[in-house]
Amino acid sequence: MLTAIIALTLLALVMGLLLGFASVKFKVEGDPIVEQIDKLLPQTQCGQCSFAGCRPYAEAIAAGEVDINRCPPGGEATIQSLADLLDVEPKPLDEECGVEKPKTLAVIDEQRCIGCTLCIQACPVDAILGAAKHMHTVIADECTGCELCLEPCPVDCIDMVEVAQNPNTWRWPDPSHLQLERGGQA
Amino acid sequence: MNKPLSDFPGGLKLRGHKKRSTQTPIRKTPLSDKLILPLQQHIGAAAMPVVSVGDKVLKGQRIARADGHVSVCLHAPSSGTVVAIDEQAIPHPSGLSAPCITIETDGEDQWIERHPVENFSEMSAHEIRQIIRDAGIVGLGGAGFPSFIKMNPGVHHTVETLLLNGAECEPYISCDDMLMRERADGILDGVEIMRHALRARNVILAIEDNKPLAISAMELALAARPHLTNTSIVVIPTRYPTGGEKQIIQVVTGKEVPSDGLPIDIGIVSHNMGTAYAVGRAINHGEPLISRIVTVTGTDVTHAGNFETLFGTPISELLEFAETKRQPDEPFILGGPMMGFNLSGDNLPVTKTANCILVGVEDAAPKTDPLPCIRCGDCASVCPASLLPQQLYWHSRAKEFDQTQDYNLFDCIECGCCDYVCPSKIPLVSYFRFAKTEIMNQEREREKSDLARERFESRQARMEREKREKEERQRQRKAALAASKAKKEKEAAAKAETAEAADKET
Repeated sequence: MLTAIIALTLLALVMGLLLGFASVKFKVEGDPIVEQIDKLLPQTQCGQCSFAGCRPYAEAIAAGEVDINRCPPGGEATIQSLADLLDVEPKPLDEECGVEKPKTLAVIDEQRCIGCTLCIQACPVDAILGAAKHMHTVIADECTGCELCLEPCPVDCIDMVEVAQNPNTWRWPDPSHLQLERGGQA
Repeated sequence: MNKPLSDFPGGLKLRGHKKRSTQTPIRKTPLSDKLILPLQQHIGAAAMPVVSVGDKVLKGQRIARADGHVSVCLHAPSSGTVVAIDEQAIPHPSGLSAPCITIETDGEDQWIERHPVENFSEMSAHEIRQIIRDAGIVGLGGAGFPSFIKMNPGVHHTVETLLLNGAECEPYISCDDMLMRERADGILDGVEIMRHALRARNVILAIEDNKPLAISAMELALAARPHLTNTSIVVIPTRYPTGGEKQIIQVVTGKEVPSDGLPIDIGIVSHNMGTAYAVGRAINHGEPLISRIVTVTGTDVTHAGNFETLFGTPISELLEFAETKRQPDEPFILGGPMMGFNLSGDNLPVTKTANCILVGVEDAAPKTDPLPCIRCGDCASVCPASLLPQQLYWHSRAKEFDQTQDYNLFDCIECGCCDYVCPSKIPLVSYFRFAKTEIMNQEREREKSDLARERFESRQARMEREKREKEERQRQRKAALAASKAKKEKEAAAKAETAEAADKET
C-alpha cells in the first residue's frame, strides 16, 4: 500500500518535472497558426476586411472572432485554402467587404501628377517612387492593387488598370465552364 | 541493332497516318517577304533584342541575346531589314500576342561570316556548350528546352548513356523520320559532338519499328563511322507515347526516371534527332538554328510532306505552298492529333517548336458533350505515367488542387491517352492543363504576396525607426537647449557676482 503511494507520487513528480522542462525547452515563439493564416492572405494590406491589414485579420481569424470570407482580393481561392487550413466549411465571399475583381495595378498619369508625395505615404509596400514636386511613378512589379493610393491623391491622377495577360501567365480555361456555356451537362 | 530492354506501362496502339507525308523528299519552303520572330520560342526567359528598327541584318546574324541562364539567342533566318519590334500574334493556345522582331527580307539570303570549328575534339565541353547556346539551339522535339543546359550534367553526375530519341510516336508527324532518312550523316556529326561534350560512355539511337527506311539509313551511316564505338541502334516497338522522354528511357534502358527527378539522376541524357542535327550544323558549319523541318499533313492537304522552313515564315504561306483545301481562318492543329492544340489566324509564324501542322484529321471523333464518369478505370490502364486520371479529374473539377498534387498531377505528360479511351468522352487532359496552370498561378501569387509582406514589414520597421530617431533628436535638442540655458544663467550669475564685487571695491 505505502510502496504504491510512494511509487506513484515519485512517478508523478518525475513526469511533472519532465513536462515542465519540456515546456520551457521547446517553447514555441508566437502563434504559428497566425503565421500560417497570414501566409495565405494576399498581403495587399487594403483593409477591406475592416482590419488594419492582413496580419491583424489573421490574428482575428486565429482567435475565432471573424469569418474567413472577408478578403475580396484573395477571393474564392483564399477562402478555399483558409477552409482547408482551419478545417471548416468554405463560405461565399462576404459582400459587405467588397467583390472579387480581376487583378489590377495602379498607374499614375504622369502628366497630371503634381508631386505631392501623398500616395507614396499611403502605399503599404513602397511601390511608388518619387520625391516632393517631382513626378511619381508606380513600380508595376511591386504593386499589389490595394487601391489605398487612390483616395489621398488630390488631383485624381491614379487609375487602376487590369493586369494584362501574357502567354506565360495565361491559364487554361475551366472545361466544366466551357460545357455550361455550350448548354451541355456538366 | 539491339533489342529494347523493357517496356512502359499503359500506352496505345494508334494508326500512324505517316505515309501521307513521307512520299516526297524534304522540300525547302520559299523565302517569305516577311519573317516574324517571337523573342520567346523556348522554355525560359525571352531573349533581349540587340537590333533596332531600321537595322540591316544578314542571314544568321544574332538579333536577340539570351537573357539569364535559362534562355537562348535568336538569329535572323535571312538577310533583310528589321521593320518592327512589337507585339504580334504567336502560335500559342491562348491566342495572345507576345514581343516579336519582324524582318522584311531582301531576297538575297546573304550569310553573315560563319566560323566553323575545325576540330571539335580539341574543344572543352564548356566551349561547345557556349557555341550551342549562342546558336540558339533548343530541343526540337516539341518542348523547346534550351539544349546547352542538358549538355551540362554538372560535376556530380557522370553520363552513362546518351540517348537519341527518334521515336516520333505521335500519328501524322514525320519530320524526324525524313531527317533520319536523308541526313543521317548530319545527325551523327551532332551525336559525336554531344558525346564528346558529355563524355558519355555509350550512345543509343532509339527508333520506332514503323520507320524501316530511317533505321537502315542510320545503320548505313553508323557503319561508315567505325570510330564511333559503343554506339547502337535500338529498334523499339511502335506504341504511343513511347517518344516521351521518361517512357523512351524506360523502354531502352529499363530504368525509371524518378517522379521529381531528371534523366541525368540515373545517368542518362536524351536529345531529339533534330537537335543533334542542329548541333552538328552549329559546330561543323558555324550555322545557328534558323530553320527546322516541319511536317505539313492531314486529310485536307494536297501535297503533304516535310518542309525545311525558316523560322518566322507565316504558317499561311507554308500551307499555301503545300496546297490545302483549307478556308482562310479555318482552324488547324499545331503539333500532332494527340498533344497538339488548335490554332486559327493566318499570320502566325513557324517557331522552333513547330514540328507539325495538321489540317484535317481522319476519323476525328465528333465533338460531343461529355457524359458522367462511370469509373470504368480505362484511363488508369492506359496512363503511361501510372497515374490515376479519374481521381485527378474529380479533384481538378472540384478545384481541390492540393489533392491533385497528392496524386502527382505534375507527372502527367498530357499525352492524351486517357482522353482517347474515355467512353464518356470526358476531356481529361483539358482538366489537367487547367489544374496545372491554376496551381502555377497560385504559386506565382503566393510568391508575390510573400514579397509584398516583406516590403510591408520592412516599411513598418523603417517607419518605426524613423519615429524613434525623431524622438531621439527631439530629446537631444531639448537637452542641448536646457544645457545652454543653464550655462547662460551661470554666466549671468557670474557676471552679476563680478559686478557686485566691483561695486564693493569702489
